[in-house]
Amino acid sequence: MDTKKPTPLPPGDAWDGLRHLTRARIGIGRSGNAQRTRDVLAFQGAHALARDAVHTALDVAALRAQLAPGEEAQLVTSSAPDRPTYLRRPDLGRRLDDASRAHLHAGAWDVVFVAGDGLSAVAVQNGAVPLYHAMRGLLAGWSVAPLVIATQARVALGDDIAVAMGARMVVMMIGERPGLSVADSMGVYLTYAPYVGCPDSARNCLSNIHPHGLSIPQAADRLAWLMREARRLSLTGVGLKDAAPQHGHIRHEGVPPLEKDHGK
Amino acid sequence: MGFHASFCGETYSFPDLATLLAVASPARSGDVLAGLGATSDVQRIAARHALADVPLATFLNTALVPYEEDEVTRLIIDSHDRAAFAPVSHMTVGDFRDWLLSHAADGPTLAAVAPGITPEMAAAVSKIMRNQDLMAVAARIRVITRFRNTIGLSGCLASRLQPNHPTDDLKGIAASTLDGLLYGMGDAVIGINPATDNVETGMALLDMLDHARRRFDIPTQTCVLTHVTNTIEMMNRGGAVDLVFQSIAGTQKANEGFGINLSILKEAHDAARGLHRGTIGNNVMYFETGQGAALSAGAHHGLDQQTVETRAYAVARAFDPLLVNTVVGFIGPEYLYDGKQITRAALEDHFCAKLLGVPMGCDACYTNHAEADQDDMDNLMVLLGVAGISFLIGVPGADDIMLNYQSLSFHDIMTLRHMLRLDPAPEFAAWLERMGLYDAKTGRMRELSPGQTRLGQLIA
Repeated sequence: MDTKKPTPLPPGDAWDGLRHLTRARIGIGRSGNAQRTRDVLAFQGAHALARDAVHTALDVAALRAQLAPGEEAQLVTSSAPDRPTYLRRPDLGRRLDDASRAHLHAGAWDVVFVAGDGLSAVAVQNGAVPLYHAMRGLLAGWSVAPLVIATQARVALGDDIAVAMGARMVVMMIGERPGLSVADSMGVYLTYAPYVGCPDSARNCLSNIHPHGLSIPQAADRLAWLMREARRLSLTGVGLKDAAPQHGHIRHEGVPPLEKDHGK
Repeated sequence: MGFHASFCGETYSFPDLATLLAVASPARSGDVLAGLGATSDVQRIAARHALADVPLATFLNTALVPYEEDEVTRLIIDSHDRAAFAPVSHMTVGDFRDWLLSHAADGPTLAAVAPGITPEMAAAVSKIMRNQDLMAVAARIRVITRFRNTIGLSGCLASRLQPNHPTDDLKGIAASTLDGLLYGMGDAVIGINPATDNVETGMALLDMLDHARRRFDIPTQTCVLTHVTNTIEMMNRGGAVDLVFQSIAGTQKANEGFGINLSILKEAHDAARGLHRGTIGNNVMYFETGQGAALSAGAHHGLDQQTVETRAYAVARAFDPLLVNTVVGFIGPEYLYDGKQITRAALEDHFCAKLLGVPMGCDACYTNHAEADQDDMDNLMVLLGVAGISFLIGVPGADDIMLNYQSLSFHDIMTLRHMLRLDPAPEFAAWLERMGLYDAKTGRMRELSPGQTRLGQLIA
C-alpha cells in the first residue's frame, strides 16, 4: 500500500498527464463533495506514518552498531525527560541534563558532530552516521570529537554540548518535523563558536536530507564548504550565507524547519 | 494596585492587569511555556471573577507594554476613538460581555463601536466568553473589503487557494491552481508561499499568476507571500503586485523579529495603493497572525499569548487590509497543544479581530507533532463557518507539500459551503457560472476534468 500518493484515477483521466508536475494531491476526484474512500484512507495512512515518526524513540544501540569497531560515541540526553514534555517544552530540549553534562570530556576539538533525534528519530537513524563518516573523510587535519548521540534534542542542545566539550564548532544532525510526503528528513545545523542562548541567525542550515531529497554526498560536500568558510571567516549564520555560492540543487537552506515562525 | 476575588471562602489576588489576564485565560501550552497562566482551575475562575469587575476604562489607563518603548502601544492609544467608545465607556468587562450578547448589539452598532475598542479590551472580554458566545457575537459583524471582488458579505464564504510547491515549479503550481479553481476556490486570493525568498522567483510566480488571471478574466487577486521588503522591491521592478503580504505580531520587538515596523508597512501600503490595480476597491494588504508569535520571538513582555495576539489586529486595522488570517495551528504544540486548544484559539482570534473591525479569515491547520487530526479541522471549519469567518484556506487534499502541515482540502471548503448554504464572493460566483464550472440549477460545482473546460489551458 502506497500511503504517500493519492490513488490515480482510472487510465485515460485527463489528470494523469498532469500528476507528474507536482506531488500535491491534485485531481483526486470526489464522491459528491467528499473525497473518496481510498484517498481518505491514504491520507490517514500518511498522517499515521508522520505521527509514528514523531513518537518513535531513537534506537541508540542500532545507531552505535553503524559505527566502525572501536569507534567511540557518547550518549547524552536533554532536560526533557519524555516525549510529551519534549513537545510542550522546547526550552528543556535545548539544555543538557546534569548527568550528561558531567560525562562529556572537554578537549581542544575543532568540531563536534551531534546526532539528535529531534522530531523524526528515523531520519537520524538512517542519515546521521553515514554523514558523520563522510565528513570525517572530508575533514583531513581537523580535530573531530567522537560522535555525540543526543535524545529529546532540539537544535540548540548542540550549543550546550559544544560548550561542555570545548569544541569550536558544532554540527547538529537532527530529525525534521515530518510531513505527509516525507517522514524521514534530516536537517543539519552548523554553528561557529556556539554558546548557550546563541540565536538561530548565527547558524547555517542544510535541510531536506533524505532518500528523495538532498543525498548524503551532496550534503557532505556542501557542509564541508560551509565548515571551511566558517573557520576562515570565524563565523556562521547570515554573514556566511551571503557569501555562499548558489548551488541549484539546494533549495531550502536557511529556513530552520524546527523553529519556523507562524507566518510560514 | 492589584486585583482580588473571593471564591468559595478564599481570597485570590493578582498583582497587576497582565497577570490577571493571563490567569483568566483558557488553558494552553504556550502560556505554561512562558510561565504564565493559572496554576489551578479554581484560580483561573477566580481570575475571571476579578476580570469581570474591571472597568473597560482601566485598559485605557494601563499600558500593558510601555507607551515609550513600543510603537504598537502608541498606535493603540493614539488612534483610540473616544466618541466611538462612549456607549460602552461606563461598562465593566462583565457588563461588556452581556451587552455584546444582547439584542441591542446588532451589526451596525458593533461596527460603530469598533474604533473605540482596544485590543486588550477585546482580549479581556473574550476570556470570559464561552465558545458559543465568541461565535454568536462574531456572526453579527460583517467586515466588508474589496479589491477585484467583495469579501465578507453575509451569506458568503471566500477561500484562499494555496497552490504551494517545494521548488516553486511554475507548472506544478499551475496544476494545483487549476485543481482549486475547479472546486470554486480562490476568491479571497490565489496566494503562494514561495519556497525561497528570492525576488526573481517571486517575480516569475507573480507573472504566471497574473497572466492566468487576465487570460481567464478571473475576478480575484493574486499574491506571492514573501517579506514586505521583497514585495516593495518587486513593485519597484514593475512586478504584478496586487496585494502586499506580511506576517505581523503584537509588539514592536516581535515585529522587529519579522524584520518590519509600522513605517515599512506604511511605505508598502502607499506603494501598492498607488498602483491602482483593484477594480472595485483598494484594500491592498494581506496579513497573517497567530498566537505564540511574540513569545517565540522573546517579545511578549509578560503578556499571555492571546492578549498579545489581539494587539496585532491593531496593526492590521491601521492599514485597511483586504485579508487577515490567523495561522492558528501552524506554530506547534508548545503553543497550542491539541485540537481543543487550536479550536478555542481560532474562535478567539476570529471574534477579537471582527470586534476590532478586522476582516478575519483562518488557516484551520495543524502540524504532525500536535495532538490533532483532520476530524479536529472538520469541527473547526464548521464552527468558523457558523461564526461568519471571512475566508478559509484550502490546499490540494489538505496536504501542503511545501510547508509540511495540514490545512483544509478544497473538498472540505466546498462541503462547508453546501452544508451552511454559503456562496463564494458574488463576482467570483458569477464567473464560476459564466465559465460553466458552477451549475446554478443544481446549486453545485460541476465535476469536470481539465479536458472538459477552457481552464485546462492553464497547463499548456
